[in-house]
Amino acid sequence: MTITVVVAGAANGPVVVLDEPLSFWGGFSAISGAVTDEHHAQAGTRLAGAIVVMESGRGSSSASSVLAESVRLGTAPAAILLRRNDDILVTGALAARELYGTTVPIVVLGESTYAEAIRSTSATLTDAGLLSFA
Amino acid sequence: MLAGEAGGAQAMAMRIVTGLAESMDARELLSIEGAHIDSCLYHGQSSIDFAQRLADGGAAVAVPTTLNVSSLDLLHPDLFHGPVDEAALSRRLMSLYESMGCTPTWTCAPYQLEERPSFGQHIAWAESNAIVFANSVLGARTHRYGDFIDICAALTGRAPAAGLHLDEHRRGEVLFRLRGVSDALLDHDVLAPILGYLIGHEAGARVPVIEGLPPDTPEHRLKALGSAAASSGAVGLFHAVGVTPEAPDLETAFDGQPTATTIDVGLAELRIARDRLTTATVDQQPLGAVSLGTPHYSVTEFGRLVELLDGRRISPAVKCFVNTGRDIWNEIGLRGWAAALEASGVQVVTDTCTYITPVMGEFSGYALTDSAKWAHYAPGNLGIDVAFGSVDDCVESAVSGQLVRHGRLWDDP
Repeated sequence: MTITVVVAGAANGPVVVLDEPLSFWGGFSAISGAVTDEHHAQAGTRLAGAIVVMESGRGSSSASSVLAESVRLGTAPAAILLRRNDDILVTGALAARELYGTTVPIVVLGESTYAEAIRSTSATLTDAGLLSFA
Repeated sequence: MLAGEAGGAQAMAMRIVTGLAESMDARELLSIEGAHIDSCLYHGQSSIDFAQRLADGGAAVAVPTTLNVSSLDLLHPDLFHGPVDEAALSRRLMSLYESMGCTPTWTCAPYQLEERPSFGQHIAWAESNAIVFANSVLGARTHRYGDFIDICAALTGRAPAAGLHLDEHRRGEVLFRLRGVSDALLDHDVLAPILGYLIGHEAGARVPVIEGLPPDTPEHRLKALGSAAASSGAVGLFHAVGVTPEAPDLETAFDGQPTATTIDVGLAELRIARDRLTTATVDQQPLGAVSLGTPHYSVTEFGRLVELLDGRRISPAVKCFVNTGRDIWNEIGLRGWAAALEASGVQVVTDTCTYITPVMGEFSGYALTDSAKWAHYAPGNLGIDVAFGSVDDCVESAVSGQLVRHGRLWDDP
């Protein structure tokens, strides 16, 4: 399994695979914890508490703020697993940890691990950076 | 700086800069010469918490720093129809960033200010459209920075030596070739936002190279192209061969590397991208509003608008808005255009944008826009239906009160 833990932390939850990238600003509500982007095929999908798997981020610089706000409100994903690292999401996760002492772990997956992730229904990430799927 | 000898704010800012640098595998930090802050737009209590923590720690920017839009139009405060307490929190956030020494420019188009970054200069800009413009059109170097890191870089004067700051991440990765697109469409403003929207979808986070744009493509079209690509994708830099400064020719754009992926873009692909930008059922809903100026309109774009309007009045059935920065607003006032627009019934919005804050008020039906970025975000942000059209379509529709489309541009050659 090839993974890079970019923002460390423990997480456990159901896997939600996003079929296309999502911008957290303009695409996700920190109030509801769900996808709000009307152009996204999975508009309405709840991400709060889920291990969100997507290829990459997209769009707005404000995604960091929305991610941090969702951490504050308890509506954030449990973890975000990406094929390609997204610095804007990483920044939001770092700021949330700075402010609230807790955050959304972010992990970049190698090709075969990503393929495993999108077939899984739940996942567990440990503080030590061990990731497993079920 | 990490140990906190330069104040609590400096230490916190440096922790975040180095944290990001580590996540990017940066070996070192580099010095930046300017910053543009997006964190001044209110997204909830965490926005305030972060700025307050910095301000309490004695934050003062180390480099010239401009501010992005907020949720308030300070020059036209009556336009705001949102909750009063939210307005107060937005204003407080704005004041916090001003207290750190940032210049209150309140624009998403800092590249339209008098002072702008020069070729090769390292900067730390947030705001996706500003990032892509600075990198692509000016040849300045900023990574795709998000909220929080923008101000941390401004406070420390440092940024990770990684990403789009480095040559190896600025070379082209995917080639888009325009094929069979008529000269009329190539020479029309409407092509750029649609092409950008298509490119963002296909390129994702890769650096796109575009072949086939006219060499004299003006800045406002490159702005529309980049802002669209940064909405549908994570594009922070594009090269347009023979147009943008790092792409005098195809080989240079790819830094001598072979072209891995080539995507041909013709009329059929452009029509699909265009149609994706419309969520309204335009033959069953009335036109209620027109919104222009996302990103903030430039002097050139205002000139074009005044010319297209030609003194005519906007239909009483339609609300018409144009977003811009206060510096541009001042300039168009001096030119007499602000008065002309007001006489036509056009509402200019400054310091903010019609899709991030409740300023448009009630209207029935859908909103029409010339901006792919606005068309992309407004349905989710405002809960409205939108239609996309060229600026000519927008003006003619606003005047007549119903959708007018200049169809022949899109006919087969």
